[in-house]
Amino acid sequence: MTMACNDATTSGEEIFTGNVTPILNEIRHALNTLLETGESTIIDLRALPMGPGEEQHLESLLGIGEATATINAMGPTTVNESLFAGVWLVTHRNTDDEILGKFIEITRIPSILESQTEDIRGALKALPDLLAENC
Amino acid sequence: MADDRTLAEMLRAQGITRRGFLKFCATTASMMALSPAMVPKIAAALESARRPSVIWLSFQECTGCTESLTRSHSPSIEKLIFDVISLDHHHTLMAASGHAVDEALNEAMEENFGKYILIVDGSIPVGNPAYSTVSGISNLDMLEHAAKGAAAIVSVGTCAAYGGLPYAKPNPTGAVAVSDIIKDKPIINVPGCPPIPVVITGVLAQFLTFGKIPELDSLGRPKAFYGQNIHDRCYRRPFYERGQFAETFDDEGAKKGWCLFKLGCKGPVTYNACATTKWNEGTSWPVEAGHGCLGCSQPDFWDMGGFYNALSVPTVDLAKKAAVGIAAGAAIGVAAGALNRRKKAKAVSEHQTVTVDDLEKGA
Repeated sequence: MTMACNDATTSGEEIFTGNVTPILNEIRHALNTLLETGESTIIDLRALPMGPGEEQHLESLLGIGEATATINAMGPTTVNESLFAGVWLVTHRNTDDEILGKFIEITRIPSILESQTEDIRGALKALPDLLAENC
Repeated sequence: MADDRTLAEMLRAQGITRRGFLKFCATTASMMALSPAMVPKIAAALESARRPSVIWLSFQECTGCTESLTRSHSPSIEKLIFDVISLDHHHTLMAASGHAVDEALNEAMEENFGKYILIVDGSIPVGNPAYSTVSGISNLDMLEHAAKGAAAIVSVGTCAAYGGLPYAKPNPTGAVAVSDIIKDKPIINVPGCPPIPVVITGVLAQFLTFGKIPELDSLGRPKAFYGQNIHDRCYRRPFYERGQFAETFDDEGAKKGWCLFKLGCKGPVTYNACATTKWNEGTSWPVEAGHGCLGCSQPDFWDMGGFYNALSVPTVDLAKKAAVGIAAGAAIGVAAGALNRRKKAKAVSEHQTVTVDDLEKGA
């Protein structure tokens, strides 16, 4: 069954509150801002009322694009670019694979993918030990 | 034990990378209902935050609040926060017993006087203090003693915040809230029966991050978590607007996920974060499970006129039937019966016990 995204109605077990359309519009505006000013936007999906299945509906509309990554820091974090370039879905999970947070980031690259200065400093300290032990 | 390391240092010592720290900050911002744009500010504040000392006292309660917190699966944000705060005293969780418990409390108080956060769950019986004591010390005396050196008090759960279930009519123990006793300390109410675990820790995180009491509403609740009512954030709200209601728990409307207002949902008068934060790691919440909100984060939620009566219904059916009976000019015996039913209905609404003798006196 095809469902318009702004319908507040039911489809089988799923309930559509009509919140998908405003989010898609927010993404469209944010994408335009990114292109014109370079400013990124993050949308916290936990802050929005969503019916059972509605979040999945939004995700299926956005689709999965060509870039995906997994980060293992306090549990897995998945970073997927959607079919729309510059629109990323970032999902933080704990080590039991339970979702801690879910964000749509409208940016060129989500900051969590970047190597962090403190971690680079730590790597710089660790490398001499590796060299001393193995080379 | 005093530990001067910052929160960021403690996380790093546990092998958590900067990426992990940023993830922690992102989920903390979400938990505190703050904009994701606040993440860098939270990260900067947490970089320099010191480990706070926490004393947790349990009074007239069911331990549901502690259960709520500890049943979270690890390693969660809740666990992370509790790994880095110093939970110096907790009646239920601490391994010590007997005099060692009292000593731990006094030691924690002396060492951190004026700086510790005092968390209280449970109401305080003042009608007869003997209803609830710890080591022979009444809850009232223990609260007044521990509050002296507290930087702030967090009343966790509706019992500590507003009296809760023990306060329900006829309140046999004379239960009162923390704020009825302590008047000279900042008090943050975190009501709920129980409160959402991430809301409990979110309040602590907020205090830890910004070093001050969060903005509170008129009932002493942090606006970040209790600023919006359940109804406004409910995914079933569009059905309310359309007048589509479930009439019973198993009718077509219920199966289609329509609004539960007519089945007694207290969402329109209840302020809490359930609709967005949800329960069990964001899996679901009562309304999503098909049951109306009970209004458990509101004062007097147990005495709001019945969990399954719609908010718009002024009284219970029995009373309405009695009124109809009298209006119809029924026989005296019928009227007396109606009066009895009305008294019973009143008692039901006030949760008082009605005996056969009471009914006979009424007749």
